[in-house]
Amino acid sequence: MSYKERKNKRGFDETRPMEAKVGVIKRADGSAYFKIGNTWAYAAVYGPRNLHPKFLQDPSTGILRCHYNMMPFSGSGERVRPGGSRRSKEISMVTEKALLPVLSLEEFPNTVVDVFIEFPQTEAGSRCAGITAAAMALADAGLAMKDMIAAVSVGRVDDKLVVDLDYSEEAYEGGPVADIPVAVMPSSGKITLLQMDGLVKKEMLKDLLAKAKAACAKIYEVQKRALKEKYTRVDEE
Amino acid sequence: MTEIKVKDKDIVVPGEVLAVGMDNLPGQGTYREGDNIVAGRLGLVQLDGRAIKLIPMSGRYIPKKNDTIICKVTDVSMNGWRVDTNSPYSAMLPVREATSEFIARGADLTQYYSMGDYIVAKIYNVTSQKLVDISMKGPGLRKLRGGRMVEVASNKVPRIIGKQGSMVSMIKDMTGCNIIVGQNGIAWIQGDPEKEFLAIKTIRKIEQESHLSGLTERIKSFLEQNGCTQTQRVNNNEL
Repeated sequence: MSYKERKNKRGFDETRPMEAKVGVIKRADGSAYFKIGNTWAYAAVYGPRNLHPKFLQDPSTGILRCHYNMMPFSGSGERVRPGGSRRSKEISMVTEKALLPVLSLEEFPNTVVDVFIEFPQTEAGSRCAGITAAAMALADAGLAMKDMIAAVSVGRVDDKLVVDLDYSEEAYEGGPVADIPVAVMPSSGKITLLQMDGLVKKEMLKDLLAKAKAACAKIYEVQKRALKEKYTRVDEE
Repeated sequence: MTEIKVKDKDIVVPGEVLAVGMDNLPGQGTYREGDNIVAGRLGLVQLDGRAIKLIPMSGRYIPKKNDTIICKVTDVSMNGWRVDTNSPYSAMLPVREATSEFIARGADLTQYYSMGDYIVAKIYNVTSQKLVDISMKGPGLRKLRGGRMVEVASNKVPRIIGKQGSMVSMIKDMTGCNIIVGQNGIAWIQGDPEKEFLAIKTIRKIEQESHLSGLTERIKSFLEQNGCTQTQRVNNNEL
């Protein structure tokens, strides 16, 4: 048995349809949404701002704080319990570590940059969508960044190597599955997030990383277009 | 041979390669990576001779020496006032910088500036740890009474003020309002309530269209459309 065709005739190297917009939350210092298929991520950035409680302050640098949250109604039928969970806490942490390498917050000692990522709707690949949205929001907030960050999940479904798994592929039961979220600095190709759930062979992983980089290059184009669009359009209001 | 990959006034995103080769210099907001000059933030390209600079389009205000800012008094202590500067860092106004009057030791400092007051002050020192000291000694530095405060994007302040203050004085002249724009992105507007409202709308328009050319003309016709003519200004001699 083998995995033959993806939903909606999607190619194995193809991501789900993407859409991005910057400046969607007016009161935030920077904001963006990134939609990939049925996974929608909204990110809002506040700061650099004063950090309390004071013991969290770092006199040598500003700190980054990420909050990943799936809304209660966001799942596929199943209600997500509101509030943090072990899972969301972990994803918040890896998001922070994926974004930090491009930021230089040393200019802002004792402050914090808060990144809130909310998901009104999810269907696999949410941490990647969240990181992609957050990177746009951080750029929109005017922070000094060495590069953008684009993220995508790659993996294998049975004998096929696929890019951007959807839920049916993550939960495929006809053979071994691996889901590998990857975050990449698109210009330099450096990897800032690499996790894996499932089984792959060494050679497969090498191929998958190459595919992830290629997909992230496309995502970067979407990010770029969205960021430039914000500053070339004049708001209707 | 250097190849510049962008045009003047292009908007670039972090990580975009601006130029290849060693003939150009990385200016503010850019950095060199091997042979390339790369954008280090979101911004507007400015080709300045051999240097390539990026003008920020967004971002919080960060206190800088010699900036004139509008701030709000948040606390009164033994030796001065703590003020909110609309930035991540609060500032200190020491008693000796507050006024030229003699203030006795242990005097009630709220007589001079009290909690919630807005003042126009000048930053005279910023440390590496961003401890900010401000002063009230200088022309035009004072407490603000009446009027209303508007938050504006701090990186749009130069556009709102215009070359040698041309833009702000046009708004002042045409609406008859008193306006002070602090470099920290707080503007104070005082005048006839309806004109105050129009002045705010004008400032919002400048913020939105600041990166498009022909701004002054558009703002002028916007004000004219809203029933303003030149030289309505009456009572702002003290500014």
